[in-house]
Amino acid sequence: MNDPKIIMAQDVNLVFETGDGPVVALKDVSLDIKKGEFVSFIGPSGCGKTTLLRAIAALEKPNSGALTVNGMSPEEARQQRAYGYVFQAAGLYPWRSIAKNVRLPLEVMGFEKSEMAVRVKKVLDLVDLSGFENKYPWQLSGGMQQRVSIARALCFDANILLMDEPFGALDEIVRDYLNEQLLKLWHSTNKTICFVTHSIPEAVYLSTKIVVMSPRPGRIIDIIESDLPNERPLEIRDTKKFINIAQRVREGLKAGHSYE
Amino acid sequence: MNKTIFPIAVISVCILIVWYVFSIILNSSWAFDKAERNKVQLTFIELVDDTWSQKKPKLPAPHQVGQEMWKTIFYKKVTSKRSLVYHGWITLSATLSGFLLGTILGICLALAIVHDKATDLSVMPWIITSQTIPILALAPMIIVVLSSIGFTGLMPKAVISMYLSFFPIVVGMVKGLRSPDLLEIDQMKTWSASRLQILLKLRFPKSIPYLFTSLKLGMAASLVGAIVGELPSGAIAGLGARMLSGSYYGQTIQIWSALFTAAILAASLVGLIGAIQTLVSKRMMVSQ
Repeated sequence: MNDPKIIMAQDVNLVFETGDGPVVALKDVSLDIKKGEFVSFIGPSGCGKTTLLRAIAALEKPNSGALTVNGMSPEEARQQRAYGYVFQAAGLYPWRSIAKNVRLPLEVMGFEKSEMAVRVKKVLDLVDLSGFENKYPWQLSGGMQQRVSIARALCFDANILLMDEPFGALDEIVRDYLNEQLLKLWHSTNKTICFVTHSIPEAVYLSTKIVVMSPRPGRIIDIIESDLPNERPLEIRDTKKFINIAQRVREGLKAGHSYE
Repeated sequence: MNKTIFPIAVISVCILIVWYVFSIILNSSWAFDKAERNKVQLTFIELVDDTWSQKKPKLPAPHQVGQEMWKTIFYKKVTSKRSLVYHGWITLSATLSGFLLGTILGICLALAIVHDKATDLSVMPWIITSQTIPILALAPMIIVVLSSIGFTGLMPKAVISMYLSFFPIVVGMVKGLRSPDLLEIDQMKTWSASRLQILLKLRFPKSIPYLFTSLKLGMAASLVGAIVGELPSGAIAGLGARMLSGSYYGQTIQIWSALFTAAILAASLVGLIGAIQTLVSKRMMVSQ
């Protein structure tokens, strides 16, 4: 409990002005995320889970409330390279090789050339893609492309990884494999991970903390601290503990819906 | 390659046949008039022979145009007023100057439009309006205005060329520079990339295919602009002037020769841009 708080949200409200009037994307959202936690955000479309992630990344600005990342405003945190963001699509540039794609943020941030090469090699090792440096994105499968995108988010040593449904477009077999890989990565790097997902099993399998959200207005329904062990083989999904947590998530999602 | 050559060859042969047939039909009245004056009856072979070899036919036969082009391209001194190389060069230099100016202007405008909302709203409608004015009406005015302040020769033609060629470049480049989707822009923002970095590393490479398409359109438009610029200026040199003087003196073969030279010029220039495009896209994929 003494772990420092990395992300703090206090009564965060965020409203989008649309043609059909204001849409409340986040209503009184309060949440603390501690260093080294793996937090999943789960809920139906429009519940504000992506908006919350984007607000943490300073891609959206809350209308009211306090939101800090590493004890700073999200903008300042971004300037200090606090987080790497992984989007639903890998977003690799087809005219750049894999190594050059991973290098892109380093170029933007103005790293030394020799430093870049070292870092690119390190993160490609980390996602198990050594030897693919000179390949081009179209030569890689969707799962591999997403791993490149994770490597790219890791290469500048941010201590937070924000992931917005990174495996949403992949089939279940690849997804299971990448979930396992992601847990390994999390163990070996000790990053704080915020992970948006639609999938209950994915959320329960990965997380130390599950944030259940509900739409109209987007708000937090339940925060579940997972008591699953740190070592998680895929078979853990058949255990009683796992099923209990999944059930609680499902109930939270249901409660959110009956609210309307 | 053979697959593309065959259909093109078939169409070319069809066009040639239609052309030859029409030159018989259109030139026959002159042949019949001549025959009547000479009180002779024409056989079909004599009719064909006459219609395909008149000095001032309504529609010259393809081989007449070919012979004229052969003669005036390869067998005249390139400095001669009768050389199509001479006239072609005059038009080409105006085309290339106008194309260069139009490309620079087009890219600058596109950059301003993409990066500045006010420019987008205020300038874009004018750019579109500029192209609704018939260039034939505008060209003489441009020439008169420019010559009254001392610019004659190449410069007014280049300006008209530029006027026509900047438009496809602006439209294409605006589209190209805006082709990165929201996700790609957001991704850049998460790395705190500056607008210049987003432009250089994302927008510009992504707009390359659009740029080449625009350049091809712009090049063709430039050539049209240069020729149109030669028509009202009383120019004595250039393919446009050649067409105009041909029409004064009923030299249809000369008009058609100039026309085909212009077409070949346009095709070569556009083909050149296409070749550069192939080279660039290969390089972007392999050595980037």
